[in-house]
Amino acid sequence: MITRTLYYQTAALGIATILISSIIMLSGASPITVLDSMLSGAFSTPDQIARVFSTLSPLLLCACGLMFTFTAGLYNLGIEGQIVFGAIATMVPIRLLENSLPPALVILLAIAFGTAGGMLWGLFAGILNVYGRINEIFAGLGLNFVADGLALYLIFGPWKRPGVASMSGTEQFGEVLWLPTFGNTEASPVALAIALLALGATLLVLRGTYYGLQLRAVGYNLRAAYVLGVPSVRQLLSAFAICGGLAGVAGALQVLAVFHRLIPSISSHLGYLALLVAMLAGTNLWLLLPIAFFFSALNIGSLQLPLSLNLESSLAGVMQGMLVLAVLLGRGLSETNWLDKISVLRRNV
Amino acid sequence: MQVELQHISKRFGNVHANDDVSLRVEAGTIHGLLGENGAGKSTLVKILSGFLSRDAGTVLLNGQAVEILTPADAMRLGIGMLHQDPLDFPPLTVLDNFMVGRAGRWLINRRQVVRQFRQLADQFGFDLDIHAPLGDLTVGERQQVEILRLLSLGVNTLILDEPTTGISAAQKQALFAAARQLASQGKSVIFVSHKLGDVNELCDRVTVMRQGRVVGNLEIPASDAQLIDLIFGRQLAPPIKPETTREALALRLERVILRSDRLHIPIDRLSVRQGEVIGLAGLEGSGQQLLLQLCAGLLRTPYGTVQINGDEMTQRPYADYLRAGVAYLPADRLREGLIAGLSIQEHIALRYPPKGLLVDWPETLKRAQAAIALFNIRGKPTTKVERLSGGNQQRTQLALLPVPQNLLLLEHPTRGLDIESTLWVWQQLMARCEGGTAILFMSSDLDEIMQYSDRVLVFSGGNVSEPIEATKLTVERLGQMIGGRFEEASV
Repeated sequence: MITRTLYYQTAALGIATILISSIIMLSGASPITVLDSMLSGAFSTPDQIARVFSTLSPLLLCACGLMFTFTAGLYNLGIEGQIVFGAIATMVPIRLLENSLPPALVILLAIAFGTAGGMLWGLFAGILNVYGRINEIFAGLGLNFVADGLALYLIFGPWKRPGVASMSGTEQFGEVLWLPTFGNTEASPVALAIALLALGATLLVLRGTYYGLQLRAVGYNLRAAYVLGVPSVRQLLSAFAICGGLAGVAGALQVLAVFHRLIPSISSHLGYLALLVAMLAGTNLWLLLPIAFFFSALNIGSLQLPLSLNLESSLAGVMQGMLVLAVLLGRGLSETNWLDKISVLRRNV
Repeated sequence: MQVELQHISKRFGNVHANDDVSLRVEAGTIHGLLGENGAGKSTLVKILSGFLSRDAGTVLLNGQAVEILTPADAMRLGIGMLHQDPLDFPPLTVLDNFMVGRAGRWLINRRQVVRQFRQLADQFGFDLDIHAPLGDLTVGERQQVEILRLLSLGVNTLILDEPTTGISAAQKQALFAAARQLASQGKSVIFVSHKLGDVNELCDRVTVMRQGRVVGNLEIPASDAQLIDLIFGRQLAPPIKPETTREALALRLERVILRSDRLHIPIDRLSVRQGEVIGLAGLEGSGQQLLLQLCAGLLRTPYGTVQINGDEMTQRPYADYLRAGVAYLPADRLREGLIAGLSIQEHIALRYPPKGLLVDWPETLKRAQAAIALFNIRGKPTTKVERLSGGNQQRTQLALLPVPQNLLLLEHPTRGLDIESTLWVWQQLMARCEGGTAILFMSSDLDEIMQYSDRVLVFSGGNVSEPIEATKLTVERLGQMIGGRFEEASV
């Protein structure tokens, strides 16, 4: 069975490669030069490598969070909003205490607020789902719009830059509150450490703990888990809260390590990208890190495309989506019994 | 149509489900296929009806070799199967269900279909509301719809897979009458069952299977002893319900109300002593399940009180009921009782919360191995529950019941189990009764209710009877009460 799945997955990757290559050729470029350009766009200068890592940290955090909701059988599409609300919450202690407390303490408080904010937004989706009987996909998407709207309101309203409110966001805060970076780059060792810590904790909790087992039970069969004595409501809400919390940390990192202010699309759509990462990894937690790293490299590498080859940088998104579709298709087809189907087809011809 | 299977073999992994099986069913006869769970009966008829593909062997219809690879192939050749669990569409109406699977045209002439439905239903004396959603019908009525559908599609070999589980006595008689009528029209009927009585009552011939092979082929009537001998290779006797000696109450209900969308059943008072067994009789969906779920803490009563072992439990959360030693065993094993996707040992781990955060897997493995040995489960600790056979799923459910148990609530504890597993299950349950566990169970098998209950509650038409001593009942009287004639019966 394992070899069969492997066989299908390899075929799926092959088909994705062919499709992606054809799209590149249709847009008038050569796949090899695109690959080359993206590789050099991601890894040729220390600055670029640093940007790959600064994308990796929030992406990995979100993907870890999504493993909790996926395990509980939930599709937390509200993760984007959870990042945004986390980022908004992060700004609160920064704005209030920037000048009155030592910077290290403000940073800690900011991360704590971000986590709590994301958790709250996640719980909100959970409550709508569990008690309001609203499908978590719709609850999450709705809350995404609310969070985005709130961010815009703050940027153009109460938190606007002195003089001109603009799409470029709020006033940048003092450099003392920025997370420390590797040299003069965008990558922060603190952010990376937090992300790796989250990955380790996710592995431990989902694989080894009683809570993880209960979460799986709820994900596979809510009713039976309840009858067997698993506190199902608590499990569902906690999955939303944990996922939201991790997304909130990601939002805090976007503010503290990358943008140093609140901007309208503070999430950089990393939540949606994390959904792709989580879907690609499936139930295999060990795949999270390599996939997240690969996707981060694609994102950063593609920024080079408009300059070097006059191609849209959104090609990275096309590639990521194509890859996920092909792998999901391969996973689905590997569970079909082809021998039966083929013999039917042969006879009907 | 004469149906002949020659040297059929089918393996699932290491299990030889059918091992060189040959069977011949003459046109115009009702042929029984008898055997315990896992004997290979269902596999054989699923091969004939195109749900499974065979590894080797030949299928002949009227002497002609045919290829059956899909259910649609089987339907084209006139073979239709009534499945053990109805394969229908509960949210659609009876008429929509009846029309499903018709080949061909774009437009449907509903009026013509309705006429055909009425004609067929009249022919068999089935009384069905054509516009009712199928989900509102009883299992027996859903079978009737499915039989009519198969016949309207031109079936001339009808396979009935365990059709008498979960239907009322009257529905069973209607089903048997329909089967006889079909046989008299020259159609052949294959009746798969593990119930000796049903086979003896209905069939012309019977083929007995054991462990994937045919072990006997007899003319009916045949003696029970002879058939049991063939099925198991030995004789079996049911366990006896021990006398209830304790006076302490395990359960006490006062002025509770069983409520669902369609039912409103008040129960004034019900007291169950420790070690006592109460059988709940009635048609499916008459409120027995509501009573069990109420006692389990899964449903709330709007008024009244629930006491368990003398403790006030009214309106308490489900977790408190579990702690009080109340255990509930749902009939729908893979939907409510077990978690498909998790293994036996993961289920065991769920039952025993660890002291810390981490699951102690070595300890859990030991527990799982002990449970597998004790409950005679054919599976490994790492086997996922959906891969177990129905009987072994039931044994797993029993192994998961919490200890100590004060009150056991069972829905169809032996539905779909063969005689041997049934007796084994009841031996376990009787042993618990001797230890003081009180049992409430619902069953559509009246013999089972009579055999093991101290007292019986009959649910019928939105009412429930007073508890009746089982010794004062007969199966006939019970049948009348289920039909709604309480007064006559309680004399």
